Amino acid sequence: MAYSEKVIDHYENPRNVGSFQKDEAGVATGMVGAPACGDVMKLQIKVGADGRIQDAKFKTYGCGSAIASSSLVTEWVKGKTLDEAGSIRNTQIAEELALPPVKIHCSILAEDAIKAAIADYRKKHGTTETTETTEKPGLRAAD
Amino acid sequence: MNEGANHFELMGLPIAFAIDAEKLERAYRDLQSRVHPDRFASASGTEKRLAMQWATRANEAYRTLKDPVGRARYLLLLKGFDTGEETNTSMPADFLMEQMELREAAATARSERDAPGLEGLRSTLEESRKDMLRMLARALDADHNYDAGCSLVRKLRFFEKLDEEIDDALELLHEEEEAR
Repeated sequence: MAYSEKVIDHYENPRNVGSFQKDEAGVATGMVGAPACGDVMKLQIKVGADGRIQDAKFKTYGCGSAIASSSLVTEWVKGKTLDEAGSIRNTQIAEELALPPVKIHCSILAEDAIKAAIADYRKKHGTTETTETTEKPGLRAAD
Repeated sequence: MNEGANHFELMGLPIAFAIDAEKLERAYRDLQSRVHPDRFASASGTEKRLAMQWATRANEAYRTLKDPVGRARYLLLLKGFDTGEETNTSMPADFLMEQMELREAAATARSERDAPGLEGLRSTLEESRKDMLRMLARALDADHNYDAGCSLVRKLRFFEKLDEEIDDALELLHEEEEAR
């Protein structure tokens, strides 16, 4: 199967590979896995005091499409609010990378990973989607 | 032979995860010999075609039931449960973390050409896999906890993948060794 140029680019020069310290301020982690292909994906976000994602990192064990999908998502989410980042759809990822139908699950995995990271952030910080816009999510309103 | 029989029934086995492996082998050999093309050499076209269809069914049933993960998946399907291997990505975080560490260890051992390390990893993996199969047997046959069964099938898929990676790495090391 031929990979698109964009997939190869992300695969050969993956952006934002690595990890943040788990207990670093504003850091949240999303871990997901695809049983059918055994891919494992960890996506971390670092949220600033303004509620925007300052930085993102990933580590993926999987095929080229899975690596490219997570690499792309870490690029896309930087500078976005949690709501904006949470609205990224796998179809956008698949379209950008020109993924063939058999690799669509890789883009689903990346969408689920960013959603899981956002959910982890919200769980840690006690913010919900609705209070998000009125309160500063970077600050722990509940503490 | 009953047209509507499921794989277990076709092989004369009770519908359960725990199976008598010898009985499965015997049933398969028996079925195979009954539908073997040699026996239909002088039969009509329809009969030949039917025999072929039965042979295909017997092969599929045997392959499915012989593999523990395939057998569990099939049993769950009969009980009306979808294992969600294609769609369910929300595995427990500690399980995924462990998988990631194992994949990392395999990748490191591979790049360091550490064959004993890879072998060690494989035996650790085999132990965990056996534990998991025991849990699967309990979930399916004793507790009838099919949700737990689905989750275990999904987990076992990650083990299969890891096992493949280790095999590939060992094969590669072996080839390099021979090339030298």
